[in-house]
Amino acid sequence: MSPPSTVSVTITVNGEAQRLDLDPRASLLDTLRLGLDLNGTKKGCNQGACGACTVLLDGERVNACLVLAVTCDGQKVTTVEGIGMPDNLHPLQDAFVEHDGFQCGYCTPGQIVSGVALLAEAASGQPSVVDVDLSPDSAAQLSDEEISERMSGNICRCGAYPGIRAALRQAAQTIQPARA
Amino acid sequence: MTPFTYHKPASVADALALLADRPGAMLLGGGTNLVDLMRKGVETPDHLVDVQDLPLGEISETDDGGLRIGALVSNTALAAHDRVRRDYRMLSEATLAGASQQLRNRATTGGNLLQRTRCYYFTEPGYPCNKREPGSGCPAKDGFNRIHAILGESDACIATHPSDMCVAMSALDAVVEITGPGGDRTVPFPDFHLLPGDTPNVETVLEPDEIITAVTLPPPSDLSRQSVYVKVRDRQSYAFALVSVAAGLALGADGQVEDVRLALGGVAHKPWRAFDAESLLRGGPASDDAFRQAGQAIVADATGYGHNDFKIPLAPRTVAVALGKALARAQRASGDAR
Repeated sequence: MSPPSTVSVTITVNGEAQRLDLDPRASLLDTLRLGLDLNGTKKGCNQGACGACTVLLDGERVNACLVLAVTCDGQKVTTVEGIGMPDNLHPLQDAFVEHDGFQCGYCTPGQIVSGVALLAEAASGQPSVVDVDLSPDSAAQLSDEEISERMSGNICRCGAYPGIRAALRQAAQTIQPARA
Repeated sequence: MTPFTYHKPASVADALALLADRPGAMLLGGGTNLVDLMRKGVETPDHLVDVQDLPLGEISETDDGGLRIGALVSNTALAAHDRVRRDYRMLSEATLAGASQQLRNRATTGGNLLQRTRCYYFTEPGYPCNKREPGSGCPAKDGFNRIHAILGESDACIATHPSDMCVAMSALDAVVEITGPGGDRTVPFPDFHLLPGDTPNVETVLEPDEIITAVTLPPPSDLSRQSVYVKVRDRQSYAFALVSVAAGLALGADGQVEDVRLALGGVAHKPWRAFDAESLLRGGPASDDAFRQAGQAIVADATGYGHNDFKIPLAPRTVAVALGKALARAQRASGDAR
């Protein structure tokens, strides 16, 4: 069988334009990890069920395992490396450390990216199924029930949910979110 | 994943031409279902037509005061739209009850209509499946069937349609707009999805060379404004419905049921619009007894396959809960009006 023909795309990853020749089958997740050596984004289930691979695509959180990278031509991707690094942690990452928002840490990059998106979504008034009548002005107004609902796409097999909620509550009080 | 050629047309006409010229081509929307099925080997398209550049991403008002939802409107945008929340509440609730925020950001309206069952046997090519390989058999009937159908199923297939959004669309009498080589056509939502019969591989009336361009909602009413979506599942969030109910009630001056809409998810191969139960309720009392009787009527001919037997009592109870909530909203609204 002849090798699959590649498609050239340009994707801006963490602010840097990347010209890539892609097998159309390559997921955004594998492209980030294997093609660009950005290993912060994790492969958990590889079927859109766990959220470990969550990245921001044009500012919206998505499961990178279910996105074909070839479809991202001209789009902007932010991975956990673009949110905070060890010498310059994002306030939400500080809050995860402070509140034990993890044990093994494997789901944490996805939790962080998802949490950063949650803060922006709440600030933009996005409703959740908890009450479609309510438009929050900020994540600071969200109840624990709302935080759990809005974070339900990120599974933590260690069960660090109380710490994750506490970290998000703290971050919601202190962070002025900006659309990524 | 088997190899495929990738195409990204910028117009609906170009997309239709690609479908016409390349048998075996499939449309790729948000990819939340199709990419997963391709990775599992359930779908093996030779050509993928990425529709994200098609100009179908807007929600607009129709001349009669309804809404036209472009096929590429994301679940997130649909659920958050002011008029959807205010005028078609069950649709906002149902859409937000589905999946996770990550998936709703990608999932499209058209793709939601075309998503495939989560039947364990369909999604695992190691098993026979009449939907995947017609004639190969249905292991679900005697296998693990907790999530399977109790209404409208056939010897060939007991799979369920997994959508929440579509249950509300069916209850709201939405209309599917379709375009193809023969021009444009519309299909009432309750007629868009098919029961399995002998051909469970044919799931909708959409032809392989056609494209969904939009779903339109009729003008809103008190019923649609006060409507509700109730979803029962194994965990509180991010799980498919075991049973779900979209319900809306309009009360007459005498407090009787003037009009009602009722559709169920998680129970059949398609969103299950309960027309007969609506007829039972219309003109009668808006009471818990009446709600329960209507629910019982829906499952009068239901069949359980073992693990899913619980859905037969669960469905009428969920109907009663949903109608009770719709009644409370209708009463609150009429109280507000006075």
